[in-house]
Amino acid sequence: MPVRQREKPFGLAKPETPHGEIVILEERCKGCGFCVEYCPHHVLIVSKKYNAKGYHPPGVMRAELCVNCGFCRMICPEFAIYTYEPKTGEKP
Amino acid sequence: MSVLNELEKASLSPSAGQTGPEKHPMDDFMRMDRMPHIWCSTCGIGVSVNCFAKALEKCGTPLDEVVVVSGIGCTGRVAGYVKVDSFHTTHGRAIPFATGLKLANPKLKVIVFSGDGDLVAIGGNHFLNAARRNIDLTVICLNNSNYAMTGGQLASTTPKGSVLTTSPFGSFEEPFNLPFLAESVGAVYVARWTSLHIYNQTNSMVEAIKKPGFKFIEILAPCPTIYERQQKFGDGLDRLRWYCDNSDIRNGANTKDVDIRLNERVIVGTFVDTERPTYLESMNAQYKEKLGDRYKPYEG
Amino acid sequence: MKADPRGVLTGSHYIDGDFACCEGALAAGCRFIAGYPITPSTEIVERFARRAPMIEGALFIQMEDELAASIAIQGAVWAGKKAMTVTSGPGFSLMMEHIGLAAMTETPCVFVDVQRGGPSTGLPTLPGQADMMQARWGSHGDYEIIALSPNSPQECFDLTIEAFNLAEQYRVPVMFMMDESVGHMMERVVIPSADKIEVTPRRYTKLPPGEYLPFKPADDLVPDMFKAGDGYRLHVTGLTHDFRGYPDMNAEVQEQLVHRLVNKIRLNAPKIWRYEEIDVKDADVVVVTFGITSRLAIDALGLARKQGIKVGMLRLIVAWPFPEQRITELASQGKALVMAEMNYGQLFFEVERCARGKVPVVLAGHGGGAVHKVEDIAEKIMEAYRCRS
Repeated sequence: MPVRQREKPFGLAKPETPHGEIVILEERCKGCGFCVEYCPHHVLIVSKKYNAKGYHPPGVMRAELCVNCGFCRMICPEFAIYTYEPKTGEKP
Repeated sequence: MSVLNELEKASLSPSAGQTGPEKHPMDDFMRMDRMPHIWCSTCGIGVSVNCFAKALEKCGTPLDEVVVVSGIGCTGRVAGYVKVDSFHTTHGRAIPFATGLKLANPKLKVIVFSGDGDLVAIGGNHFLNAARRNIDLTVICLNNSNYAMTGGQLASTTPKGSVLTTSPFGSFEEPFNLPFLAESVGAVYVARWTSLHIYNQTNSMVEAIKKPGFKFIEILAPCPTIYERQQKFGDGLDRLRWYCDNSDIRNGANTKDVDIRLNERVIVGTFVDTERPTYLESMNAQYKEKLGDRYKPYEG
Repeated sequence: MKADPRGVLTGSHYIDGDFACCEGALAAGCRFIAGYPITPSTEIVERFARRAPMIEGALFIQMEDELAASIAIQGAVWAGKKAMTVTSGPGFSLMMEHIGLAAMTETPCVFVDVQRGGPSTGLPTLPGQADMMQARWGSHGDYEIIALSPNSPQECFDLTIEAFNLAEQYRVPVMFMMDESVGHMMERVVIPSADKIEVTPRRYTKLPPGEYLPFKPADDLVPDMFKAGDGYRLHVTGLTHDFRGYPDMNAEVQEQLVHRLVNKIRLNAPKIWRYEEIDVKDADVVVVTFGITSRLAIDALGLARKQGIKVGMLRLIVAWPFPEQRITELASQGKALVMAEMNYGQLFFEVERCARGKVPVVLAGHGGGAVHKVEDIAEKIMEAYRCRS
């Protein structure tokens, strides 16, 4: 189901920027930093907390800026982070 | 909507990224009972497996028909982690094993996922001949420029001048130019991407899996614990930053020009995308011509 | 299960051992051969290349080397076919790693070795029998295989079917040890109709995905098999693995897995042993032999009997597992043993070991390149007889 609405002629409806909720599976993280580095909106930071393996998992700094692009999910080597669109459940 | 139900049960607050239910969308694809995998932090292999999972989802191929064959090495461990029929064979011989699988049951989608040393050094002969024959295989070659599993020895894809345990004073051998090699022996699809180019990787894998014939995708991956450490380069993230600044996407480039030199820019892209009859198509055509109606086309 | 009539060339033929082996494979249901040309085995694959297009589901591919051939057949087996590869001494040496892989992953397949003079390039067009120990011990690590040895083109046909049946029954690679003489000898081969040929089908699991454990053995120490594409989504590896097939590298799992692989053959050995005995009952000397040498040994028996020696012959049909029990019995009965083989001592050491020093064991060996001289074997029989007293 498309989340974005095309901009209709005569200004009838405005396109909406999608928004994603981030789920971090902290215990899987090996602290590579790929998601933090390459999030286009710099939503994530390297948190100060430790997981059981001794790595610093990512933390969410600016959750409202996540646009559900899915880059963090795809670049994570550990399958430790993903996003979803709350209204539709779409996971990119 | 079941996702929302699950999340409601976990009472996730929408404004903060808390740990949700311990399930990732790609978990059905992985052998979760074997996780965490053995690959190092900032290694590029996990990224490619993630892209591969996405590519299979995009292709829509039923996972029961997919078979992954790998050889020995760090990348060779991929077969053990993906939840499809998978075979972890001997060093260098993933391609002939996959050939036997594919020819015995042509309905299978056979993917060879292995490392650079495994595929083109010890397995070089098989690589050349399977490409020449155009056996219907997708070969994903993860090139981390060394033999990582055994501690970082010189490989046939190591850029000249690299310091590795069997070239402690810097290597003086010219490495393979893998896309050039693959094109020259007849691969119908040749692409190279880095671990950073995740969308391109995924799309290449989708294109390759859907196409008949021998397809070759080279992925330049960081090897933090072994290669990057021995070059005193940093970790995998430093290498990804280097790829970001030093890679050029040139689709359709002449594969002669895409060789890799130490500390020089790398060229990535989809270089070759042609058509040619596959081994079984050629076989059926030949026998039909020579034997006429007595011959029933081979279907497995 | 009866043989598939599409692969059975019923009739009386005048063909050589190599051709008979190919026909035997087809009769047994083999539908995939990956080979590499090497004298004197090439005729087997040449025949299969000619026959395969006309048999539904059969495919021949000439691979780029023996390493590829020996593993391509294993890929074909895991995709559901019966498969065989064919080679001689130098190629057999190359295949060793994959024989080990087949033993470890319990892949049923047949490796035909048409032995020639060795070592190294040796005598490509002349017979030898010097790969017998290599068939058993060639690959690294602990494992057991079954090896058969025909002595005529008719046996090349019959025993190839037997080889496939044993491979399927015990999920083990089977070595079919021919030699150049038997391979290139032309004799009458009678191929019966398909309903008279017994073929052992592959024992696939009846359990659904999720319940089935691919390396959990049944009571006969052999696990049920599965094939790729059936929805089981399982992992097969050459690393030491547990019942699920997952690599689990420690001493306990090594004991659980490898000891079973070895016991699979050792404990079932009495059911696998096969040998032919001639005049052994009241013999004072027994000639143990196999393959082409057995045909010379029979004439040597005649010569020795003329000298008044009571001599018999034990011809090995299954060479590995070695029939230790029978040899020990013969030795306990005080029969001197002569090992007639075309090498400088290979199965001779097995016979000596099994005789446990109770009787003299004499080697009637020959380096290969030509078959034994009958007089030479007869002389060794007389030497054994003299040593006895």
